[in-house]
Amino acid sequence: MASLNDYLFVSGLLFAIGLGGVMIRRNIIVIFMSLELMLAAANITLVAFSRLHISANGLPDYDGQVLVFFIITVAAAEVAVGLAIIVALYRARQTIDVEDLTSMRG
Amino acid sequence: MEIYIFYFFSLLAVVGGVMLVTFRNPVSSALSMVLSFVGMAGLFIGLNAYFVGIIQILVYAGAIMVLFIFIIMLLDLNDETKIRFKSSTVIAGVIIPLMLVIQVLGVIQMGPEDDSFTPITREVLAAAAESEALAGQEKIREILTHPTSPQLPDTNLIGMTIFRDFNFPLQVMGILLLVATIGVVVLSKRSSKSSKS
Repeated sequence: MASLNDYLFVSGLLFAIGLGGVMIRRNIIVIFMSLELMLAAANITLVAFSRLHISANGLPDYDGQVLVFFIITVAAAEVAVGLAIIVALYRARQTIDVEDLTSMRG
Repeated sequence: MEIYIFYFFSLLAVVGGVMLVTFRNPVSSALSMVLSFVGMAGLFIGLNAYFVGIIQILVYAGAIMVLFIFIIMLLDLNDETKIRFKSSTVIAGVIIPLMLVIQVLGVIQMGPEDDSFTPITREVLAAAAESEALAGQEKIREILTHPTSPQLPDTNLIGMTIFRDFNFPLQVMGILLLVATIGVVVLSKRSSKSSKS
């Protein structure tokens, strides 16, 4: 069976891919998807540690998985609000390219 | 055998992530995001977290992906064929995540020496059924000590943890969802000039 370190490495790799996507891409929807990838990559770490830590009754410690459940809930709410903001932005500016959205640049 | 399943699903997740970043068409990006999330759900199920794995597929690969595709269709986006990436951002976007991966590798080296998971066997399940923490939980004990196929009742145990130990955070989460719903309605309401305050 794969060890904890394997899972942590996959999680870190996925987080790095998401970070690269946020930095490289200019389409705001794809940036948002990369953000979701980073959130989900952190979940792997939580589930791996929840499986590693055996609680008093000999079964995995489920506190970590409850936190994952809450993260997924927050991510769903975040996607709904974020996409509504993107639609409002597109209505106002007719673009979703981050290079064209410079009105807040100092 | 199990290690190959782990490799398969982690490869699925990583390849999906790379495709998400590299595809120019946003619809292809959304579909490769689903591929990545399905791979992650496989990893969760490999960690005996069946409930979280199924929730991952239902919420991420189902609801969130449909929402993304819907918005892409609504905005009627074209491919980014004309736009070239700036070489400076590409270099920064490769080097900084690479540094992060190297740091993760360094941290992993310093991890606990025994990092293998204790397997969940029949004996572990039977011992858990006798533990004090599950005293009086007849339903859970019945699943743990099933005569032919004892299972890990992880959905029952997560439910117990959420509603007993994390009851207040759960209610805060309900408020958060309500606020998000109201926020989305306010944001997507087309503001006419007369009603502008």
